[in-house]
Amino acid sequence: MTAELTREHIFSLLENVKDPEVPVISVRELGVLREVEVMDDKVLVTITPTYTGCPAMDMMRADILAELHKAGIANVEVKQTLSPAWTTDWISDAGKRKLKEYGIAPPEKTADIRALKGELPVVECPQCGSKDTVMVSAFGSTACKALWKCNSCLEPFDQFKCL
Amino acid sequence: MTQQEALFAYCLRRGDDNLILSHRLSEWCGHGPQLEEDIALTNRALDLIGQARNYLQYAGTVEGKQRSEDDLAYLRAERQFMNVKLVEMPNGDYAHTIARCFLYDAWHLPLQQALMNSADEQLAAIAAKAVKEITYQLKTSGDWMIRFGDGTEESHRRAQAALDELWTYTGELFETDEVDAVLVKAGIVPEMGPIKAAFDAKVDAVLNEATLKRPADGFMMTGGRQGKHTEHLGFMLAEMQYLQRAYPGATW
Repeated sequence: MTAELTREHIFSLLENVKDPEVPVISVRELGVLREVEVMDDKVLVTITPTYTGCPAMDMMRADILAELHKAGIANVEVKQTLSPAWTTDWISDAGKRKLKEYGIAPPEKTADIRALKGELPVVECPQCGSKDTVMVSAFGSTACKALWKCNSCLEPFDQFKCL
Repeated sequence: MTQQEALFAYCLRRGDDNLILSHRLSEWCGHGPQLEEDIALTNRALDLIGQARNYLQYAGTVEGKQRSEDDLAYLRAERQFMNVKLVEMPNGDYAHTIARCFLYDAWHLPLQQALMNSADEQLAAIAAKAVKEITYQLKTSGDWMIRFGDGTEESHRRAQAALDELWTYTGELFETDEVDAVLVKAGIVPEMGPIKAAFDAKVDAVLNEATLKRPADGFMMTGGRQGKHTEHLGFMLAEMQYLQRAYPGATW
């Protein structure tokens, strides 16, 4: 391992690894990338799944390896951890903004009193900003999303489920 | 029975319950009553297969014979599957599918909540992750039960018929044997008593709101935990395991 290889450098390289389903947000912004350790003989990258069955996890692991190999870092191990369990609160503010620009309503905070009481959140339409929206289905196009509809602009949209 | 043997058996039970129900739900793909429900059921199947994968991976680690989660899923015969019969029954109509999900979720959530306190770190981690997903699933299956039960005459009739048929399969969820005894003693798995109480409270609350009648406890099916299954499991495995049996070692 070269001397100039730092944790920060690797974190910045991994900004290039995007969520394959939502290619505007990086694994770091999504909160999937948990830790990077530069060891004597290798780089250890720790990731955590969003949903246990999320098929994008294997892809993210492969993309992380490819990105670091491309940068000349040959010996990389990607480890998956389950604990602590991923929460949408770990999505960075920049990440939430990018989700919205991409047309996906970002998740509310888990501390929202409505989430606590099992009530539906007030979700703003990512297209027109209206709060007059309604859930069409509790499940959407991927494990992490629900399907909503805007009553103002009449467009359907995905909402990132609060977890 | 050693603690290691008990833990291996326990992981297989948890993994197999999730795997088999996941496969049944995946059979709805392309056949859902409406597009949104089709997607909802396959999403549910995906969550369950993720949970099954965690358990079967860990079962392989505990066993220490280099078996992967795929080996355990695709290369065991039906007598070696340890799931309850509830999850292997054919899908039936939509009310039947939702009623099964509801009964499973109402048991699964308190069980996994209790497993979060397991003395085994990996079981606690798997549970902490699963609880978030199951909470969401129980909310939606409960909502559907209420909508069916308190809906039209026809939806009420179908939901009640599904409950009446499936009820005899719920006893198995709460069975305990030596596997549980060894692990309860070590603080690795919870006692079943409080899980049953939580299940009863949830089922009563939802069925009450749904204007559905809780079936009386009488004869209960048994055998799944010992690998004694209904004829339906073999047919399902024939399809689920086909690729690995026809092309051993095939990978994506």
